[in-house]
Amino acid sequence: MPDAKGRRIALGCEGSANKLGIGIIAHDPVTGEAIVLSNVRDTFVSPPGTGFLPKDTARHHRAYFVRVAKKALAASGVSISEIDCICYTKGPGMGGPLTSVAVGARTLALLWGKELVGVNHCVGHIEMGRAITGASNPVVLYVSGGNTQVIAYAEQRYRIFGETLDIAVGNCLDRFARTLEISNDPAPGYNIEQLAKQGGRVLLDLPYAVKGMDCSFSGILGRADDLAAQMKAGEPGPDGEPFTPADLCFSLQETVFAMLVEITERAMAHVGSNQVLIVGGVGCNERLQEMMGAMAAERGGSVYATDERFCIDNGIMIAHAGLLAYETGFRTPLEESTCTQRFRTDEVFVKWRD
Amino acid sequence: MCPSAPPERNGRQAPASPKQKFAIINKTTAQPNPSATNLSPDTNRTFNPRDPLENYSTRLMDTSPQSPPTKKRKMATSTSTAAAASSEQEQEHQFPLPPILTHPSAAPPTLITQGAEGRLYKTTFFSPDIPCALKYRPPKPYRHPILDARLTKARLAFEAKVLERCRREGVPVPAVYAQNAAAGWIAVEWIEGAPVRVKINEWLGQRPKNEEEEKAALEKDQGPLVELMKRIGSAIAGLHRTGVVHGDLTTSNMMLRPPPVKTTTTTEEGETNGVSSEEAQEKAKLLEGDVVIIDFGLANQSQSDEDRATDLYVLERAFASTHPRAENLFEHLLESYKQSFKKGASVLHKLEDVRMRGRKRSMIG
Repeated sequence: MPDAKGRRIALGCEGSANKLGIGIIAHDPVTGEAIVLSNVRDTFVSPPGTGFLPKDTARHHRAYFVRVAKKALAASGVSISEIDCICYTKGPGMGGPLTSVAVGARTLALLWGKELVGVNHCVGHIEMGRAITGASNPVVLYVSGGNTQVIAYAEQRYRIFGETLDIAVGNCLDRFARTLEISNDPAPGYNIEQLAKQGGRVLLDLPYAVKGMDCSFSGILGRADDLAAQMKAGEPGPDGEPFTPADLCFSLQETVFAMLVEITERAMAHVGSNQVLIVGGVGCNERLQEMMGAMAAERGGSVYATDERFCIDNGIMIAHAGLLAYETGFRTPLEESTCTQRFRTDEVFVKWRD
Repeated sequence: MCPSAPPERNGRQAPASPKQKFAIINKTTAQPNPSATNLSPDTNRTFNPRDPLENYSTRLMDTSPQSPPTKKRKMATSTSTAAAASSEQEQEHQFPLPPILTHPSAAPPTLITQGAEGRLYKTTFFSPDIPCALKYRPPKPYRHPILDARLTKARLAFEAKVLERCRREGVPVPAVYAQNAAAGWIAVEWIEGAPVRVKINEWLGQRPKNEEEEKAALEKDQGPLVELMKRIGSAIAGLHRTGVVHGDLTTSNMMLRPPPVKTTTTTEEGETNGVSSEEAQEKAKLLEGDVVIIDFGLANQSQSDEDRATDLYVLERAFASTHPRAENLFEHLLESYKQSFKKGASVLHKLEDVRMRGRKRSMIG
């Protein structure tokens, strides 16, 4: 039911990884504008040297779901009757956390008598990025802890042009943070970024693995781990001086981001676009944005990026993408409101775009 | 260097018409525009990546001087049409030329495209009647200088080495004329024709838009495209047989070199029964020619099934996303690859593994 101003309103629940996010969005049917009414997030942070396990993360999401939902509803200022639909992440993601949040979303839908909309997490990132930045038809670099994809839209689908052949770039950074026992708070990638700013005296030699528009990170992580072991053993670097964790973080970032920018540039040349949009958790890294900007400027294009509110997993992007689908008549019946760990970006039929 | 043009992004956009685009690059047909000098820096920029790429294919396909002049592109604003009109002059000051191209020469170099790796110029080598493609890899501003120098040098050296090796083994690739890895350039043989991607899309573009009709038409009339897929498969097999993996196989990185023009009128009947033979022949001709693989900027020497399978996987993915309507024909390519290459079967087996690994990447959001 539209609210007093004739807007459609959706509540989105996200919990595919260690962030539990609930957000409420309104779409103005006249202007086509998307208005963020609230965007609340709670992150499960594991101790340094460890990653987040599905079991613990699911427990966190279950424990905080009601609190986060109440907070989001209060901050939005809308009443329950004004909400049109409940959107939730159908996948991809970790099974346990996904299921916890799906249960929460189903509960809200039944409790309030609303319809459900299952959303592809990756499409959520892309649509939110487009809405916030106003990029109309960009090549999308989607980089997070679980995904590394270069995407462009064609014929009602977000087509994957390139992706990682093994682990995601965020996973590479997160795991290296574990090797160095850097804090996971607020996020391992953020702490690597800060540490890397102090490095730069030397560029340590790491593999550079680009295959067409695809890339690979596991070999780089392996080599970086080896170098970290050498550092701990007090062995000198290439210039004969000892090197520091900051140098390692710097070298890792320079190498993997150069790879990402390169595959993005190749995709841009391939599809003939000069806009690039960076989404996903790694997308809020300023060094990556800076490098992408330098590339885009040389091609006479521009880079679009958002900050941590929208880059890092959040509920509002699920609400936004879900509402776009809802407006085209898409519904997820209760008995089909499952979730799945594997859900390709290009499986979604994008009815709301030309 | 990939002479890649934008794919036809959706079914409604007609494939690049050679004639339509010709005006943009042809000095004689373009109207001089007095306002061209007043352009703002933004509109002055010829390097909207969409344009040169399309121009490239145009240039290649439409070399006859009597091509009719034409209407301007619809999407171009008035200023960008003006920019296009003076594009040849602007191209010269658009990017500073690499030092190698600043020597006096009979034919001025033409910037063909700005690919992902660098810029491709058409120039001549040694004598004014030997056209050559000069690929220049400028330093990448985003990359750490040490890393950049390392990559540029290594890739150019490899490219030259790999091309030479292919040439020696009889695989059709451009011949290397000269190179200077430290200065970041390589000069290779100019390949006539158009990228396979352009040709396939042109061919697909002639088919009915309606999905039902399209399906019927495809089943009846996919012969020439299947043939092309087979030729691509055996070209890749030939490449892999020499111990080379390409690293960036896409339909943009393959040229379809038209066969030498025959003077006799061909008497062959159209292969497809029922279709009027002239039309069918015309259409079949579109996909004629030798497949010449180009742009070895990411190539490497490898004999491993893993690397070969990755090569095919990269192409499979690029093919599916570039030509979604012909995705189902990819199996013909693989089949022909298998038949033309002794180790083909084991590579295809490995390809299954590589595919699975790729798929798994959708696991965590």
